[in-house]
Amino acid sequence: MHAINYEAPTTLDQAIDILKTHGENARPFCGGTDILIQLRAGVRRTGHLVDIKKIKELHALSFDAKKGLRLGAAVPCIEIHESDVMRRHYPGLTEAAHLIGSLQIQNRASVGGNLCNGSPAADTTPALIAVGARARIVGPTGEREVPVESFVVSPGRTVLRPGELLVELLIPAPAPHTSDAYLRFIPRNEMDIAVVGVGASVTLDGDKVKAARIGLGAVAPTPLLESKAAAGLVGKKLDDAALEAAGLAVSEICKPIDDMRGTIDFRVHIAAVLTRRVLTIAAERAKKA
Amino acid sequence: MKKTLVEATINGETVEFLCEPRQSLLETLRDVLELTGSKEGCLTGDCGACTVLVDGRSVCSCLMLGVEAQGKNIATVEGLATQGVLSVLQNKFLENASLQCGICTPGFLISATSLLDRNPNPSEAEVRYALAGNLCRCTGYDKIVKAVLDAAADIRSQGDRTAAAR
Repeated sequence: MHAINYEAPTTLDQAIDILKTHGENARPFCGGTDILIQLRAGVRRTGHLVDIKKIKELHALSFDAKKGLRLGAAVPCIEIHESDVMRRHYPGLTEAAHLIGSLQIQNRASVGGNLCNGSPAADTTPALIAVGARARIVGPTGEREVPVESFVVSPGRTVLRPGELLVELLIPAPAPHTSDAYLRFIPRNEMDIAVVGVGASVTLDGDKVKAARIGLGAVAPTPLLESKAAAGLVGKKLDDAALEAAGLAVSEICKPIDDMRGTIDFRVHIAAVLTRRVLTIAAERAKKA
Repeated sequence: MKKTLVEATINGETVEFLCEPRQSLLETLRDVLELTGSKEGCLTGDCGACTVLVDGRSVCSCLMLGVEAQGKNIATVEGLATQGVLSVLQNKFLENASLQCGICTPGFLISATSLLDRNPNPSEAEVRYALAGNLCRCTGYDKIVKAVLDAAADIRSQGDRTAAAR
């Protein structure tokens, strides 16, 4: 790897100052599980790694029944899986975080880093989209919030401007009878990159769907929020016909690539299958929520 | 490139060392501190041969910087034996012939130690899940899994739940 500087600020202000000073020649550094590989491979270059793990604010993991969840950008995936609050209120996001790589990776990698890496196949991003997460970004000129579905702009690129830092993810508290789920297809049991990933959140009113959100991964250049299928479910029972229609609507917006992990036709087919399954799981959980 | 002074606890001892910011923890362990037990396999976090514990959590030391070790408590395979006496887990690896070329073994020992410290009664599925980040191209895994299950049974019968194995 080429020479780099390393700084580990302890406050958000210091971090923004450092990021601002070095502009495009600096990158925030958290778990390192993507960036170090990319720097070694020469896929990315940077002069300064700014380690954000010593900033207290970035380790928030707090839930309030009214305000919802604050998930600091540096919280490692393993802490999500170990959190009772996460498993109870956001089981789908929790399972997505627990699918990433090995335990060694989950002990280091964060959901915030997974988002900032900007991969179309990131496991936690469709799950974040499904639960309506917003990214709180702080930079030299102030702060802004961006819905997670708008955060990644192309493979490996995000809305973050030089000097800006993802501080936390803000997720609404689930409405009554709401729950979520995430499924991905991989040809192995563990340790693989999603061929397709689908996250869904379902709110029930009796036996009918009151609201639904669907997030898709690895079927387009960026993770997607699907709205047609989700809107089509509102007011309906989640029966076979409704699930079939939702799967069909999802397959219509998929624009995947053909690669060694899956053909276009296969990915489109699997996206519909996973959509039906993930909606069913989320609805089952919502009945008990 | 200017070197940084890092102070960490490694296998129970306070250690100071100098490293460049670009150097991985694995590089600093092997090349600076001459702790060559942790192995370099893939350098991409896939194989787990470089697994060490950092503040009790298993990590791939190839995907962590040496400078990040500042103030941390690090455990490597060199620290598993006590005054030359192998841990229960290490002995079970020998008894079950759970190693051939041995490159993956330090990583498996650390991952399994981490599992047994948290869960002294794992199922076979739990053992396999906990070891999913460690690859072995020689043994076919069955003997490794058996060694971990045997070690768990031994440790339970000895009533020693903390030391994965001493």
